[in-house]
Formats: sequence, structure tokens, C-alpha cells
Amino acid sequence: MALSEFPRLSFDPFVELRRMQSEMNRLFTGFSAATARDFPPINIWLGENSVVVTAELPGITREDTNLSLQEDVLTIAGKREPDARQENVGWQRRERAYGTFSRAVQLPFRVDPEKVQARFNNGILEVELERLEADRPKKIAIRAAS
Amino acid sequence: MPQELRTVEQRTPAMREEGRRQAPRPVFLPPADIYETKDSIVVLTEMPGVPPDGVDITLERRVLTIRGRSAAGDHAGYQRVYNEYADGDYERVFTLSENIDRDRIEATLKEGVLHLVLPKAEAARARKIELKAS
Repeated sequence: MALSEFPRLSFDPFVELRRMQSEMNRLFTGFSAATARDFPPINIWLGENSVVVTAELPGITREDTNLSLQEDVLTIAGKREPDARQENVGWQRRERAYGTFSRAVQLPFRVDPEKVQARFNNGILEVELERLEADRPKKIAIRAAS
Repeated sequence: MPQELRTVEQRTPAMREEGRRQAPRPVFLPPADIYETKDSIVVLTEMPGVPPDGVDITLERRVLTIRGRSAAGDHAGYQRVYNEYADGDYERVFTLSENIDRDRIEATLKEGVLHLVLPKAEAARARKIELKAS
């Protein structure tokens, strides 16, 4: 309809396709919660000389998270404890997972362990790492032939 | 038992009217824990990336709708090279089995988890019934 290039057609295949796509997204996102997959899910962002790793860690506090770095492998580990108030209650639905987790992420280059910044933002962990000075590509000047 | 209304969810458009021209944001079903104590029902949903002002909770009769809109996780000057989760919105609808005292509902958002305490209305609480002597 709105995006259509064919205003005269009553049937717009693109609107239909988009509707189907969002239906599919909805269907499969429902599944992803139930099927086992690596926890936490991560995204990696690459800058010129730095890399940002973000991870979805809802309900996990700073104190319960352990970050470690070895060479170019970043490990995110931690635990989620059930709330003590949740004992002796009647459960009606229990879909959130509890326990310990650990995930190692291989970074695209070696990073400076002194220049790592990590913060939590609404349940998303963000780790910013800078490329090691010695590991950065160097520009090589070409001398003109004399 | 809170029942989940899937039909309502399916009818909800994934795309907002004014957002037609941009790619539709996916709508996720956030995982939820629901438990009942003596005098309240507690709902916990995981909505990572949603700021406190992005949460929208409505209770109409016994239908509880939770919506969350995550803030854009863009990093200026950075390029996304690996992707396991997407930014999107969260939405879930439940039908509660009890009447709720709406004036005392408490909602807090901490570390991406919405904590909703719904106190049962006086009439819905279990009451001891005395036998009258005949």
C-alpha cells in the first residue's frame, strides 16, 4: 500500500510479503526462547581500532558478572540466582532460566587489557576493547627512487 | 491461572502506522515468570535494552498487556559484524485469574527485568468461612 510502486493494483505483493515476514519473525522468536542456544546472545561491533561486544544479560547484576581477557579471547561468565522471596510461592509460569553461564568470544585482534571499558545498560552488557598498539596495521611509506 | 492470549498478540500489528517506511522492528515474546503469593501476583519479564520510559503496562479488566520498546543500540563509528540478537520490541498479554487492586500495583524495571506486583483485590483473597452453629 504505502510503499507500493504499483498504485493501480489492488493486490500488493510486497505488503503481503512484509506481513508474512513479520509473521515469521514472530513465530521463530517464540521458538528461540525454548530452544537451547548459547547464552548470553552477543553482538559484535567493529570500529577502526576498537571492538565492542554487547550481550543481553537481563536480571544479572554487575556483582554476578565476571569478565576476563586472555590474549584475544574475552570470557563472559556469571550466574543468576533465584530470588529468595520466590520460595514457597505458587508458580504459574516459569520461563526464565537460572544458574551459571560462561561464554568465550574470540575477538578479531589482540586488545590492550589496560584499556577495557565495561558497563551495564538496562540489562545489556557493553564491553569496549581497544586494539593493542603493537598489533595495529602500520602504514609504510614508499620512497621515491633516486 | 493466568492464561495467555495469543490471538490478541497476533492481531497486534508488528509495524507502527507511522513507521511504514522503515524496516519493521521485530516483536519478541519476552520470557516471563509468574507466581502467586498469599496476597499478590508477581510477574517478571525479561526485556533487555528497554529503558524505564519505554515500558507500557495496561490492565483492562483482567487483561494485562506489557509492552517494551528497546532503545536503539547503535554505536556511532562502529559497524555491526556479528549478530545474535536484534533490537526490537517486546509484547505479551496475559489474562489474570484474580481481580487486582489497581491502585496498589507496583512496577519496577531493574537490569532489563520488569518486576510487576499485582495485589489481589480484597474480595479475591481467600477468606475463612465460619460455620454457624445451628
